[in-house]
Amino acid sequence: MEIIAKPTHLMANTATMAYRNILKTIHNPERLMDVLIQPILFTVMFGYLFGGAIAGGVAAYLPTIVPGILIQTMLSAASGSGSQIREDLDSGVFDRFKSLPMAHIAPLAGQLFADILRLTIATVVAFATGFAMGWRPAGGFGWVLAAGGLAIFTGWAMSWLFALLGLLAKSATMVQSFAMMTMMILSFLSNAFIPLKTLPHWLLTVAQINPITHVITAMRAMLNQGLWTQQAWLVIIFGVAIVLIFAPLTILAYNKPN
Amino acid sequence: MLANDAIKIESLSKTFGTYQAVTDVSLTIHKGEVFGLLGPNGAGKTTILRMMTTLLKPSHGTITIFGHDTQKQPRQVRALFGLTGQYASVDEDITAWENLMIFSRLNGLSRSEAKQRSTALLQEFSLVASADKAVAAYSGGMRRRLDLAVSLISQPPLIFLDEPTTGLDPRTRNQMWATIRQLVAKGSTIVLTTQYLAEADELADRIAVIDHGKLIQVGTPAALKAAVGGSTLKTQLQSVNQIPAAVKLMTQTLHVEATADKSIITAKLGNPNQVTNVLNRLSQHNIPIVNIAVQSPSMDDVFFALTSGKN
Repeated sequence: MEIIAKPTHLMANTATMAYRNILKTIHNPERLMDVLIQPILFTVMFGYLFGGAIAGGVAAYLPTIVPGILIQTMLSAASGSGSQIREDLDSGVFDRFKSLPMAHIAPLAGQLFADILRLTIATVVAFATGFAMGWRPAGGFGWVLAAGGLAIFTGWAMSWLFALLGLLAKSATMVQSFAMMTMMILSFLSNAFIPLKTLPHWLLTVAQINPITHVITAMRAMLNQGLWTQQAWLVIIFGVAIVLIFAPLTILAYNKPN
Repeated sequence: MLANDAIKIESLSKTFGTYQAVTDVSLTIHKGEVFGLLGPNGAGKTTILRMMTTLLKPSHGTITIFGHDTQKQPRQVRALFGLTGQYASVDEDITAWENLMIFSRLNGLSRSEAKQRSTALLQEFSLVASADKAVAAYSGGMRRRLDLAVSLISQPPLIFLDEPTTGLDPRTRNQMWATIRQLVAKGSTIVLTTQYLAEADELADRIAVIDHGKLIQVGTPAALKAAVGGSTLKTQLQSVNQIPAAVKLMTQTLHVEATADKSIITAKLGNPNQVTNVLNRLSQHNIPIVNIAVQSPSMDDVFFALTSGKN
């Protein structure tokens, strides 16, 4: 069997691969379009469309929608990792990575760590858009940073899931359409945009099971009340569990010699 | 495994589902030789290469590279070879310099070593002027050169070239051949797949002809040509009327059957010295000739003889 790479080797290789991904973004800045435009567009659009109907005004609606749209953006940014991996695999350059005496997980790990940059940009843009529209979180700046960190962690954990999907899917298009569907279902069947109390019982149950609801509730407690709740711990545990389950599965799928 | 063997393949097979891509191939490739895997599209050359380079797992059989089993010690094996893919496997979005730096680092070079090596390789492969251009803007030949440069970063003793000149124009193909010959001169062992007979003939010390996943024959280009048959004598006459007489005469002289096509008479030639007899006899019978040529078999003849009727 293959010997496990030395940790220093793995970290150096992962750093190199992350650097490669960042270089690719620098050469093709349009790769950042989704994380730049989506939070602005959705916050402005949904804020002015639904603000009055749901919360009686835009300013009153912002504490609901800013974390909601941020998590929605995280979902689509995470799915972007999956289709990027699929594209890379199809380009033939992965054959070369696989034929090198390097840590085998590094190409994937590098991609996912480089994507933290995308997630961070999305977080900054989402919060800045809310702020420009008059959002003033009661928790203060420290809690904004903490909530942003939690959102980035959630997005990063989910990117492992999409990485596996990217490895198993036949094409990048398939990853994108599946990701689009997942993003729609997970973000709309949650408390991201609406208060849950008006939902019929069965839908309420679905929304309460939805992990996205828990992430958003935890973030709202941090942003609006400055509270680190039990739900926040739950999100951390859930995120760590996703990485612990999906990272090995992803590696397995990646190493599987056809 | 002998000390001068670079690769030993033993009863290698590969099936994809129900499709038998490679069937029971056994081969030994010596150190320092250029070994060509020759075969038509879909013959299984690339599948064999992918198994040798640990990218694909054999269904049966073993491959040993410099004494290391590709399945049991893939990491040790990967440290011993460089691979240049059929489709240039460098990163298109980034520059040549960045590609070289990244692959140098992944090969375990320190940052300063990586810089030195990248600079040296850019010079060696005449890519200095376009080092900072994105590879997407490169011509096919430049991309192949960069691809080859990347696979030479770790100065591996064994180099795999998967169809190194497919899709290149004749000039860049000749440049690529010159580069490959330089590598040979430095003592590297080279395994190349090709569907071009001329390329195998030009570069390879020994050739394995592969067809439908099976090893048809292995040998030096000369041995393969000899196996197919000796030289051919082609004689063109001045007058078409004399052809029947000349055919008869040549059949008698050469003790093989001569055949005529238009004004050219073709006959197998066991010994080149027989040409003198043929010329003497023709002259005695007043049969003037326009042209006479002795042709040794080409790799094309070898290829078609060995893979005949299957494609």
